Amino acid sequence: MLKKSLLTGLAIGLTMLATGAFAQAVGHNFKVVYIGKNTGNPYFDSITGGFEDACKQIGCEFEFVAPATAEATSQIPFIEAQIQRGVNVIAIAPNSPDAMNQVLDDARAKGILVLAVNGDLVGNESHRDANILPVDFTKTGPNQVELMGSLIGYTGEIAILSATTEAPDQNTWIAAMNKTLAEDPKYKDMKLVATVYGDDQPEKSTTEMEALLSNYPNLVGVIAPTTVGVAAAAQVVQSRGIADKVHVTGLGLPSEMRDFVKDGTVKAFQLWSPYNEGWLAAYFADGVLNGTIKNEVGQTFEVPNLGSITIGDKNVMNTQAELTTFDASNIDDFNF
Amino acid sequence: MNAESPAVATGHDAAPPRPRWQVLLIRPETMTLILLILGVFAGSLLSPFFLDINYILRSFTLYSEFAIVALVLTMVIIAGEIDLSPAANMALSACIFAWLQANGMPIPVAVVLGLVSGLAMGAVNAFFVIALQLPSIIVTIGTLTLYRGLAQIIAGDKSIRVPEWFIGVDKIMLVGIPLPVVLFIILAIVLGVVLGNTIFGRQIYQIGTNDVAARHAGIRSARIKVGLFLLVGVVAAFAGIMTASRLGSVRYDLGLGGELQMVLMAMLGGTYIFGGRGTILGTFLAAWLLVIVSTGMIVANVLPAVQLVVLGALLIVSIIATNLIYSRTQR
Repeated sequence: MLKKSLLTGLAIGLTMLATGAFAQAVGHNFKVVYIGKNTGNPYFDSITGGFEDACKQIGCEFEFVAPATAEATSQIPFIEAQIQRGVNVIAIAPNSPDAMNQVLDDARAKGILVLAVNGDLVGNESHRDANILPVDFTKTGPNQVELMGSLIGYTGEIAILSATTEAPDQNTWIAAMNKTLAEDPKYKDMKLVATVYGDDQPEKSTTEMEALLSNYPNLVGVIAPTTVGVAAAAQVVQSRGIADKVHVTGLGLPSEMRDFVKDGTVKAFQLWSPYNEGWLAAYFADGVLNGTIKNEVGQTFEVPNLGSITIGDKNVMNTQAELTTFDASNIDDFNF
Repeated sequence: MNAESPAVATGHDAAPPRPRWQVLLIRPETMTLILLILGVFAGSLLSPFFLDINYILRSFTLYSEFAIVALVLTMVIIAGEIDLSPAANMALSACIFAWLQANGMPIPVAVVLGLVSGLAMGAVNAFFVIALQLPSIIVTIGTLTLYRGLAQIIAGDKSIRVPEWFIGVDKIMLVGIPLPVVLFIILAIVLGVVLGNTIFGRQIYQIGTNDVAARHAGIRSARIKVGLFLLVGVVAAFAGIMTASRLGSVRYDLGLGGELQMVLMAMLGGTYIFGGRGTILGTFLAAWLLVIVSTGMIVANVLPAVQLVVLGALLIVSIIATNLIYSRTQR
């Protein structure tokens, strides 16, 4: 019996050595890289900040890289390069739910811990080890509709200004918004007249916003569930001086939206703390690599400043329960 | 040209022939080769992880589909035309292939139909350029948008899966080299021989140098150009289906922006954009140059903005050098 378990232990040990997943050998000075969707996206500065600060506490080495454009395949060479660099953890905000399946499998076969951070491989969850999302994304759509409703008195024509047509997160939220509007009698007087896409580019988002205003003169509200879109929409409303007629809300960065909130262009908008995603990802990676956290559904662990985190269905973790709403009363408390 | 044979010198108004080493050295391909060697050095200096032949070969597979099409595109450019639609063709052919197999068609039949659709796209380009005598740059900018749009109609915003066994053409190794790279090398050798050592190849250069003169000399210029457009079409379709196998899924945005990479490879290899000059060897070397430079910078975590600047600078340097070399040596 003892002999058998010894042999099994040895075999497991050897397998782990062979695949490079030998937990104890890693220690706290492991290498972690975060691959963003694209460069020049301020949202990722905040996530990166969380990684950096956590790594200072833990002792890990952190680097951020991102392709110039957010195309479906543009992250592949970057993943290949990080495998070649011998990092221990690849955290990625995926540009496509499936184009990276093969190369992520290669990374995992080399014993690299693959985390989807701020976005998931929807439908392809088996190609990453775990997923870190700021909030439960199934609540984002309903939360946004409720905020819009409260701003416009639950009546009138509204529109959605999104990112790209294929952005997986935005599409999940928009589907949930449509469902909420159609099914909840509370919103029966709110009519969604259009969903347009600004591709997360300020110019295109501005053009789409202006087109919305001219095509739908009775529009009373625009939900832009993307930081670039909501800032562009607010800019248009501000420059036309129609804040009392068209209400803009959505998901925005406090740093970019502060002026719009202060001058009344935007009453309220929502988001989470992207910083905490990086913070959680780094602590989770440290725990998994060093064997203190088991990456299994239902496991619970403690993270400094965030409290108790539970690994949910499909190995998804959230940094907070509900969206944070920012308005004139609290916007100065946030600086990301 | 010496004193003993004055008749020769007076008969032709010729300059003295250049020494052989100059003929060999002052060629655009030589410059590409030197840049390639410099690129390898720079890459090794930038990152200790760069100089690993397996890594470089693996990285090459990411660009191999574009590189394969660039070889054929080189012949089109030498013949005095251009085709900017191959990347969109790759996407549409791959979408047609993926859609057919997802709807129950056996894979081999779907592959053949994908290739046929690529051929048809080449035929559309050829029809507009040859039969209607429209400039190929305008025609193929049009079809580039058209093919991409059709691909989006077929696939929508979703991706179409291919079966597990069809995935991983880039994981098949022949003597340690990934299959797409092997195919690229074989095609380069075949096309290199065709272009450099056959009458057909010489005719392509003649058409590109002076189409009217070539036609007066009895060269079937229109027929050859149609053939080249068809060849680009079918090779692009092949590359598109290969991409589908590498990625495991097909979307309408497959190979987005690839036409620029292809033209970049041809230009870096010394192909003259106005036709008549260029070699397959040049494009072959340029494809490696592009992979070495991009990979070297990515593995060293160089900022994407810097990467774009370096690639742009490389292209401008190569265009200036190509023009300089051609104007000095052959005019």
